[in-house]
Amino acid sequence: MPGASVFPQLEALLPFVTKPIQYVGGELNSTIKDWDTCDVRWALMYPDAYEVGLPNQGSMILYEVLNEQEGILAERTYAVWPDLEKLMRKNHVPQFTVDAHRAVGDFDLLGLSFSTELGYTNMLTALDLAGIPMHAIDRGIDDPIVVAGGHAAFNPEPISRFVDAAVLGDGEEAVLMISAIVRQWKSEGRPGGREEVLLRLAETGSVYIPAFYDVDYHDDGRIRRVTANQTRAPWRVSKHTVMNLDEWPFPKKPLVPLAETVHERMSVEIFRGCTRGCRFCQAGMITRPVRERSITGIGDMVKAGLEATGYEEVGLLSLSSADHSEIAEVAKDLADRYEGTQTGLSLPSTRVDAFNVDLANELTRNGRRSGLTFAPEGGSERIRKVINKMVTEEDLIRTVTTAYANGWRQVKLYFMCGLPTETDEDVLQIAEVAKRVIEAGREASGMKDIRCTVSIGGFVPKPHTPFQWAAQLDHEATDARLHKLRDAIRADRRYGKSIGFRYHDGKPGIIEGLLSRGDRRVGAVIEQVWRQGARFDGWSEHFSYQAWADAAHEALSDVPVDLNWYTIRERGEDEVLPWDHLDSGLDKEWLWQDWQESISGAEVEDCRWTPCYDCGVCDQMGTSIQIGPTGQRLLPVTVVDPTPVLATEASS
Amino acid sequence: MARRPEGPPPPPTVQKVRIHYTKRGRLRFSSHRDFQRAFERAIRRGNIPVAFSAGFNPHPKVSYANAAPTGVASEAEYVEIGLAMRCDVKQLAAVLDESLPTGFDVLEVVEAKEGSLADRLEASAWLIEFPGSDPAAVDAAVAAFLAADEVQVQRMTKNGMRHFDARSAVVTLGPVLAGSPDWQVAERAVGAIPAGCAILKAVVRHTTPAVRPDDVIYGLREISGLTPSNPPRVTRLAQGPLDTQTAVIADPLDRDRDVITSTS
Ligand code: B12
Ligand code: SF4
Repeated sequence: MPGASVFPQLEALLPFVTKPIQYVGGELNSTIKDWDTCDVRWALMYPDAYEVGLPNQGSMILYEVLNEQEGILAERTYAVWPDLEKLMRKNHVPQFTVDAHRAVGDFDLLGLSFSTELGYTNMLTALDLAGIPMHAIDRGIDDPIVVAGGHAAFNPEPISRFVDAAVLGDGEEAVLMISAIVRQWKSEGRPGGREEVLLRLAETGSVYIPAFYDVDYHDDGRIRRVTANQTRAPWRVSKHTVMNLDEWPFPKKPLVPLAETVHERMSVEIFRGCTRGCRFCQAGMITRPVRERSITGIGDMVKAGLEATGYEEVGLLSLSSADHSEIAEVAKDLADRYEGTQTGLSLPSTRVDAFNVDLANELTRNGRRSGLTFAPEGGSERIRKVINKMVTEEDLIRTVTTAYANGWRQVKLYFMCGLPTETDEDVLQIAEVAKRVIEAGREASGMKDIRCTVSIGGFVPKPHTPFQWAAQLDHEATDARLHKLRDAIRADRRYGKSIGFRYHDGKPGIIEGLLSRGDRRVGAVIEQVWRQGARFDGWSEHFSYQAWADAAHEALSDVPVDLNWYTIRERGEDEVLPWDHLDSGLDKEWLWQDWQESISGAEVEDCRWTPCYDCGVCDQMGTSIQIGPTGQRLLPVTVVDPTPVLATEASS
Repeated sequence: MARRPEGPPPPPTVQKVRIHYTKRGRLRFSSHRDFQRAFERAIRRGNIPVAFSAGFNPHPKVSYANAAPTGVASEAEYVEIGLAMRCDVKQLAAVLDESLPTGFDVLEVVEAKEGSLADRLEASAWLIEFPGSDPAAVDAAVAAFLAADEVQVQRMTKNGMRHFDARSAVVTLGPVLAGSPDWQVAERAVGAIPAGCAILKAVVRHTTPAVRPDDVIYGLREISGLTPSNPPRVTRLAQGPLDTQTAVIADPLDRDRDVITSTS
């Protein structure tokens, strides 16, 4: 029976797997709806382990948005670890949802949330375990419609053979629109079969159906053109943008898992989008323009969320939280409201700015000050101009001095390696910066045992950014540079253990690069490597570079391109990029110009404070910047009452 | 200069209460840490006036005792908390139960009298189901186990493989009949027990290293080759003071209640 629970079969396997609690569901605020009284049923998958997927904001939002609707049901599913996968295969237990433990193959839609490309192989495991044909083209009318969303869906070409549809941008309205179309088609008795419902989705202009597009290639392997093969499919598909975040206060009741996850706190998204213009940052580029949640909207969400969850900490999230137009008021008013209630507030802002330290001080008025994180991203001032991170070394030293003087004991600095035009000198400068930070910190705090941790990762060029044309640095060169930096940091005994150094080798970045800027031909690589056992590629203990390199070699043997072609090759201005028919709003000419300007180190301002410089987004998408100040404040009358209803007498 | 928290220290504990709760249904797969997080969140959601330690990182005064292993259901788990305001124990039980996920059900809350709760938890009674195993083979394994002076078992721990004796901690080991009181208690925790399933009850003293129901099952296999086709499902029926004569486990909260119930 469709929609029946497979829990009894699953339960027999759970004693043999690690952390079985992640598979049993029952999270606080989770929802189970009646199967038969709903006519549109979504399985939402975050294609990584439960501990990473459960706290994901995007999935949690969509789960609630859908379940709030009458007649629509949404359940969650996550990647199962290889130990359970093996047992499920042996015992014929299908991919299941954790809510009512229904078989994923029974749903109308399977929505996948791709924050990162490294989840692609996990999607294949799920499809396979669910009994859903791996290739979209082989699916029948009763198979779920497989829809990809999340940031990686801005270039879904590498997974185009596996998904039926992809949605670019914000999902809140998109999932409701898709639900309405599927409902209508079902109520009509599913006329025209699967193709008809996909055509109806394509016709909206904002759901990409890869099967309705053909890609031709030049002899040298570059793309010649991408054309629609159906008159009802538009030549270009655009992204979704939710305007007025206050109307979308999701999640209202955040999920509280029993299992431990990577993010043990409640999150409130205080704005969406970022226009700082960092040239490497895909998240910033594709989520333009900035849309703020109002100070009162934030206050209401914090209050409702805390009451619904019992969490002891709230994170005020966004791409650059200190940039909210009323962040000082938000921080002060929330700190006032929750003073004395053991409720922690945190701001994951990493901008190098002394104002950030003031904010962090406010939020930890009477709490522990352990570590602050800043992301200068580039080691030298020159490279920071290239990436448009306008921070001088003096700014940085001033900021960390303020931090150490205010009792913070540890500062973490995030950097990237392999940025366009970068040389060894740019990266070695990081060692000098770290030493200056320690000197400044020792002086400001009067203590010797302060710390600075340098964390550095390889840069991966991403679609829809000014660096989409850039050559990625090969992994040998990345590793060599990182080793030089490590040696430079360790060489100076005066700093000993005061400077920590964390880095990742360059190999995973190359595969991420292949998947980020790949085209349809890369689908064969993903399939091949998955067949050879690749799973959980975001986890170093599971990732195998060799397996990927071998798979790329084999799967691409009959086309004139290879792994290097996709990664360490610089693209030309006229080259058709695999995602050119997918519209993030950014004007390709503007991106190219910004790419050219980056090489000369020309900076771009933030359009929130300077005139619009026509990146293309607002015009193309019909959106505009939505920021305060509103001038409102959070009233203390709503202070959480510390006197519990239970108490029979007050303590003296 | 090191910072210090401003203002007065948090209010002290004015009342200690002991909570009897369960681990039922799917929640048997929760680990002890999972329970801890859920419990501390329930305290906050229920707005329960728990006392906090001082310092920059105050933590609620909660003492956990002797949690059942991951995968094992339980009708007899205990935890003690310190309150900064006196509360009515009945109301407290209701609010906590409401705030905890279903499966972590609060059965009773009592105000603590003197004596440590942990010290009273001398032994546990475990009910072990062997679905799909031949009852005669299970009986034979039990007889062999009980006849032995020593049954060496091994278990993987954080510090590598440990070898120890599982026999001496076992006070009694014997069959449980369908419909008996113990069987009924276990069904409350795990739902229906399949008909015709061989069921054992083991009363095991709390020792160091702890002998867990897994170790008893392992011991049965070592001594008789009993290899259950399906994983045995285990429920903790009781834990508390052990009467060594009768092998009866008393309710550890008896000594906190005004009326002492008899433990005959
Ligand atoms: C900004 C960011 C942060 C910020 C803010 C997070 C936030 N706002 O939620 C901070 C610094 C706090 C952060 C923290 C962490 N992050 Co982070 N973060 C990101 C980043 C860059 C963007 C996330 C974002 O904007 N979320 C906002 C939500 C609302 O948007 P969304 O998830 O994209 O979903 C919307 C749409 O995309 C769409 N959508 C999404 N799915 C689907 C599906 C369908 C079918 C449809 C139609 C639409 C749709 O609808 C949603 C609602 O509009 C992503 C990478 C990325 N490119 O996505 C990493 C990322 C998600 N983070 C990651 C990690 C590891 C973390 C941390 C665990 C780090 C740590 N160790 O503490 C924490 C955990 C935070 C958490 N709650 O999960 C990883 C996850 C890795 C993985 N294996 O999946 C990512 C992928 C980065 C990476 N490549 O490593 N993060
Ligand atoms: S179009 Fe103008 S205002 Fe809108 S995001 Fe681009 S630069 Fe900013």
